[in-house]
Amino acid sequence: MEPFKQLTGIVAPVDRVNVDTDAIIPKQFLKRIERSGFGQFLFFEWRFHESGEVNAEFEPNKPRYQDASVLISRANFGCGSSREHAPWAILDYGFKVIIAPSYADIFYNNCFKNSILPIKLSEEQVEDLFQRTAKHDGYKLNVDLENKKLTDDYGLDLSFELDEHRRQFLLQGLDDIGLTLQHEDKISAYEQKHAARLG
Amino acid sequence: MAKKTMFEKIWDNHVIHQEEGKPSVIYIDLQLVHEVTSPQAFEGLRLSGRKVRRPDLTFATMDHNVPTKDRFNITDPISKQQVDTLTQNCKDFGVKLFDLDSIDQGVVHVMGPELGLTHPGKTIVCGDSHTSTHGAFGALAFGIGTSEVEHVMATQCLQQSKAKTMEVRFIGNRKPGVTAKDMILGVIAKYGTDFATGYVLEYTGESIRSLTMEERMTVCNMSIEGGARAGLIAPDETTFNYLRGREYAPASYDEAVAAWKQLTTDEGAVYDTVVEFDVDSLIPQVTWGTSPGMGTDITSSVPNPADLPTENERKAAEKALEYMDLKPGTPMSEIEIDYVFIGSCTNGRIEDLRAAAEIARGYKVSNRVTAIVVPGSGRVKIQAEKEGLDKVFTEAGFEWRDAGCSMCLAMNPDVLKPGQRCASTSNRNFEGRQGRGGRTHLLSPAMAVAAAVNGRFTDVRDWEIKTEVLN
Repeated sequence: MEPFKQLTGIVAPVDRVNVDTDAIIPKQFLKRIERSGFGQFLFFEWRFHESGEVNAEFEPNKPRYQDASVLISRANFGCGSSREHAPWAILDYGFKVIIAPSYADIFYNNCFKNSILPIKLSEEQVEDLFQRTAKHDGYKLNVDLENKKLTDDYGLDLSFELDEHRRQFLLQGLDDIGLTLQHEDKISAYEQKHAARLG
Repeated sequence: MAKKTMFEKIWDNHVIHQEEGKPSVIYIDLQLVHEVTSPQAFEGLRLSGRKVRRPDLTFATMDHNVPTKDRFNITDPISKQQVDTLTQNCKDFGVKLFDLDSIDQGVVHVMGPELGLTHPGKTIVCGDSHTSTHGAFGALAFGIGTSEVEHVMATQCLQQSKAKTMEVRFIGNRKPGVTAKDMILGVIAKYGTDFATGYVLEYTGESIRSLTMEERMTVCNMSIEGGARAGLIAPDETTFNYLRGREYAPASYDEAVAAWKQLTTDEGAVYDTVVEFDVDSLIPQVTWGTSPGMGTDITSSVPNPADLPTENERKAAEKALEYMDLKPGTPMSEIEIDYVFIGSCTNGRIEDLRAAAEIARGYKVSNRVTAIVVPGSGRVKIQAEKEGLDKVFTEAGFEWRDAGCSMCLAMNPDVLKPGQRCASTSNRNFEGRQGRGGRTHLLSPAMAVAAAVNGRFTDVRDWEIKTEVLN
């Protein structure tokens, strides 16, 4: 997997609580059998009108947020279905970092499998970022995973928390199937011990 | 010896490896597979030259894309490709598949328990968030993403950090007309859609003990709508009686039961958090918004966003009401509907269909309403037909369909049109869930039938039950 260490990118806002995975990528786009190409469908029903026209009101569609790579949103981001198509779409669209006060468990976990960094900040810190994003055209954040720091050109200097194992996982771009297979002897021993139950 | 909760016992039984500061490696006893979240996992195995480690612990079916009319004729070429890909993958990797020809084909979370694959104490995963359903048996069951589907296929293990534990204690007993669906909708309306993030729930109390196995599945199914990693109910005679004699029930059944009895939470074990929910005063629930937590009593009204405590909640409620085209203060019982969907892994089992048929018998679906009944599996369908429930539904004006996920997420041809309002027995009322611009209200099967008949939400507690079908 691609390691993630540092990124400086334009911030785009989606100002809603409970952004669910159906909103991130609607079900009609889950039929593909590939991992790639989902970015065109990200937030589809918010980005496009029924006619297919671009919804100019939807914030990420505005010219100032083109080429954004940091997404900010509100609490319980990624709730709903377990579809990994959601992080695939986010990544394929160009976002590498998400910032929100909280995430649904499965979505949060899925992000790390795809080299996406989901950062948790307090409600107040996230609100501050929404205001900074609105105030400064082309607002950028510097995301430094090695030092767990967020900075901008206007004096912001924030630390964020992240489980150390997850941090290393992203920094090194680890293959977790490979990691688990290092315990092959223990897996086999478990299977032998529980053979009667497992059948 | 340390007192343990049921979750801790199941967890400890499955830890393969643990070290400080890292997730544990836990063994997975059963993986269920469906067509939507598996193709990329199988492809990953191919690319890395890996096999499915335990095809004997892996079972697949197709459910999300399956048409409920003319089921063998999948007209959407991309849907068909996904279904065909699953068939080929199962063949290539030696995984047992219950396909469209099988009587056992159905919604994966209806099929597993029905076959007796779901046992107390097992760890069960599936690339589907409603895997929490299987927790009704006292199995630790949770949804995973496709990368983890591949991980389990390759290793039969997962790396997991241990969840916290929460007891959801139901106080008192249900009144007539109040269902398991109302219990879980009530909990989520009270505590919100993220109260359980990071937790494994254990549902306790007299009103949980008295639920049938299928009602327990309805409760556990929606654990994920509260944000929980999983939801558990301790196994008891109800569980043991349900599983006895099923195809994949353990051969040495009495021995298995003896082991399962040891799984219950020890007297004096401590949960990280405890919440309570009053069942005595619970009345039938209907959601009004675009999140499962936006629900209320049938006797209540659409809330006023201005009355909500935080700015974010107010904004969310305003957006939801705009999407749902509802005005604050409108009595729930005055909201008119266009569509009724009875089915899904929440409420597509035989008892759900019996409960729905009891209300439908002798009535007619309103002229303005399209109503469909979609059995959760081929077996549910056959059983319902044996009991004549299909006749009750069709006499009343419901369409009687074939098994699948159908309009729960509308990946197949069963889709709402923009602006249509649906009374749905499923689990999610997100924007666009049942079709772009479609408006979903969650409720119990009995409440859904009452709404179908009257064309508006109706308190099923006032319903006159008839014993004869209307000719």
